[in-house]
Amino acid sequence: MGAVTPAKPRFTPNRRTTLVQLGFVLPAFVYVMLFFGYPLINNLNMGFRDYTTRSFFTGEAPWVGLDNYQAVIGFQYFERIVFNTLWFTALSIVGQFTLGLLIALYFRRQFPGSQSLRGVLLISWLIPLIASTAVWRWMLDKDNGVINQILESVTPLSSGPSWLSSTSLALVACVLVNIWIGIPFNAALLYAGLQDIPKEVYEASTVDGASSLQTFTKITWPLLRPTVTVVLVLGVVYTVKVLDIILGLTGGGPAYASQTLATQAYQFSFEQFEFGQGAATGNLLMLVTLFFAVVYLRLNRRSVDE
Amino acid sequence: MSNGHSQVRQLATCDGRKVSASRSMRRVHLRKWLTLFGAVSIVAFMVFPVYWMVNVSLQPEARPSLVQPFPTAPSLDGYFQALQEQGNNLVTSLLIATGTVLFSLAIAVPAGYALSRMNWRITSLILLIVLISQMIPSIVIANAVYGRYVDLGLLNTIPGLILADASLGVPFAILIITAAMRTVPRELYDAATIDGAGQIRTLIKVAVPVTRNGIVTAGLFVFLFAWGDFLFALTLTTSPDVRPITLGLYTYIGAFVNDWSTVMATAVLASIPALLLLIVAQRYIAAGTTTGSVK
Repeated sequence: MGAVTPAKPRFTPNRRTTLVQLGFVLPAFVYVMLFFGYPLINNLNMGFRDYTTRSFFTGEAPWVGLDNYQAVIGFQYFERIVFNTLWFTALSIVGQFTLGLLIALYFRRQFPGSQSLRGVLLISWLIPLIASTAVWRWMLDKDNGVINQILESVTPLSSGPSWLSSTSLALVACVLVNIWIGIPFNAALLYAGLQDIPKEVYEASTVDGASSLQTFTKITWPLLRPTVTVVLVLGVVYTVKVLDIILGLTGGGPAYASQTLATQAYQFSFEQFEFGQGAATGNLLMLVTLFFAVVYLRLNRRSVDE
Repeated sequence: MSNGHSQVRQLATCDGRKVSASRSMRRVHLRKWLTLFGAVSIVAFMVFPVYWMVNVSLQPEARPSLVQPFPTAPSLDGYFQALQEQGNNLVTSLLIATGTVLFSLAIAVPAGYALSRMNWRITSLILLIVLISQMIPSIVIANAVYGRYVDLGLLNTIPGLILADASLGVPFAILIITAAMRTVPRELYDAATIDGAGQIRTLIKVAVPVTRNGIVTAGLFVFLFAWGDFLFALTLTTSPDVRPITLGLYTYIGAFVNDWSTVMATAVLASIPALLLLIVAQRYIAAGTTTGSVK
């Protein structure tokens, strides 16, 4: 490609043009530095300092080394918080992805109104998280929620479980709601990925008499792999930082049963005003995100190279 | 390759001829309608919580245990109360979301234009930074900027929330707009240069009109992100003076659990922009969902 010289004369950008273009990028650069670069660095710094509400007015935040991290990790519920974060993320992703893929596969069939229905499906993903959370909180109410009313009428249970206030179910409830919210995103991206697979490949396999399961495992899945990895990695990055749903449904409780690193960072900083410990927790969260960001970039680069 | 393809086609038609034409047509027809029925069931199941939100919002008289599956005697009292108590918050949200769109586009449109025309090495580095920025948890940003917000008096202000909410929209807008600008044919730029247009004129007269759809898509999503923001509202405001509807709804959830019709009416009001866009601007929404990584 590069060896072929174009027939038409091209205007090579001169220095002035380049300067003007750099000027166009400058506001974006400044914003990104102020609202992404600075927070990353300042949060690292805050993690080593005793930052309280007073610090904001006096400007004094003494260096305390690893004290904040010790406090965060030594916190009696820390282990539970880490496991909650892992479970919340893993279960949400598995649920969202599986159901999203099934829906994407289903919608690939030809039928009237497919496009509009796919649009309607996006609704749970487009409305504000806190609005969905409010409905679900009401639907999951122990005594008057519609979920328990349905459960009580179709199962022999005399009263449904207390979804949001039992230590064993609070996290499950958060996962369920998060799955519901994430399905449209997964379905939309996977559907787009499925559309990119050429129809001819399928026609050939029909002639070969392959069963639909064979078609899926031998053709669809391998060709969908690049989309799958992107969807999964992005899913993890976006799920570990979920805060709205958990705060709105359970507030992280009861007894830290649904607390994650993200909600704990919030609690340290904005409820207990221990901004140093909040920063330390946020940095641990960043570490998880960073790991998956690197995975994402490597996979992305590989798919570009191929 | 093309030969094999036509063979496949032929085989398929031979196979089709075995069955009598009208019967197979009818069967295909029936299958289509069954598939549609299945799809409607899936969508109904997924949309049920939204239906329930609307349903409960229309039954203010019912005691919590007596909510009917359908609003047989719908009443708007829940909405009147919601508007009375949360009307200001709706206006606040509207101001913040609109401001965030204007601010984000003002940054992202020139940046996207320049990035689509600059040396690819610089471009790919900058886009990489933008991509990573998008992944940074908002709680980390809130935690770190809170102190500066106190210093600069940005706490409890609409500009403060616009600046913070833009962190949800700027990276996404840059990615979408750069991608759109890359599709502009070079000949258009060359023609503009011949006409003696400078970079600013080329951006306004050529690039923006051609990439209108991409810019609208970016703007719509930035609006939804800012409108739906809860975390920055929660952390960067401390008084009820500047309170977006999302935060108003959150304080409702905690406060009165007996009158759920008002809470649900507020949730419906908070969802109106998303519902509207889904009806009016579905093609933009579809474009935004699949172009790159959202939310």
